Amino acid sequence: MSQPRLTLQQILTLAFVSISVPLGDSCLKRGMVSLPDISMAHPLSLINAVFTPWVALGILLLIGYFASYLTAVSWADLTYVMPATAIGNVFLALISRFWLHEPISTLRWIGIMLITMGVGFVAHGPANTTPPNNFPDALDAGDGKREAQ
Amino acid sequence: MILPVMTADFWKATAMLSTIVVTSSAGDLLTAAAMKSIGDLDEIRARSGMKGAIRAVVTCPLFFIGILFMAAAFFSLLFALNHMSLSLVGPAAASLTMVMNTIAAKFFLKERVDKRRWAAAILVCLGVYFLTH
Repeated sequence: MSQPRLTLQQILTLAFVSISVPLGDSCLKRGMVSLPDISMAHPLSLINAVFTPWVALGILLLIGYFASYLTAVSWADLTYVMPATAIGNVFLALISRFWLHEPISTLRWIGIMLITMGVGFVAHGPANTTPPNNFPDALDAGDGKREAQ
Repeated sequence: MILPVMTADFWKATAMLSTIVVTSSAGDLLTAAAMKSIGDLDEIRARSGMKGAIRAVVTCPLFFIGILFMAAAFFSLLFALNHMSLSLVGPAAASLTMVMNTIAAKFFLKERVDKRRWAAAILVCLGVYFLTH
């Protein structure tokens, strides 16, 4: 079974998917804590939250993430993209340690090591394993990178 | 933030996390299936340009059903962030969604989830757990 290597563009796509999620989530959190408590009785206040600056910035980052994510799952399996982009958790921890100078406990270093190992595991395998006849439309789109199992 | 078991707060947190995980997983699976049915977006963009790639995506009905679930997941996340800490919601939702997606991708997307991928998913879940402590 051939295992074509990812192109530089595909690697950059996966990298952006990894980085944009922790940054976007952090912006959302910063925006949401500045708002008063939102109850189930007033669900429309969630809509208003979308137009606050930090939440809006978080949404922009998550839109960028989504475009990259869609591209990634068009040429790779979902079960490949998910662990491969989990390295974003490691980026977040390293940014916290070396940029924000927050302490990282031994358990967190262990967590970073485990995630890195998980990413290494999946990165050495094939990116796409779905049978071609599972998605007939893809053949019409000229999907030549699909691997036959 | 440690939630004592069998209290109202625990069940409230469980309900919020479950909603995020189920809607998020459904959204991931449906959009992944949609993108697989469309084909390699990089190739489509090279052949038909950005407009062609966008047209291929927005004319796929399955994609919009996935978007609906993703929107539901997003608002569930916003709601949960208003009540719980990001350090709990983010990793817990990410880990549980990954496990659910791995199981569902095997059965619904027919992906070949071998020992390597299971190991990767479990290692990442454990890693995310440790990162929160």
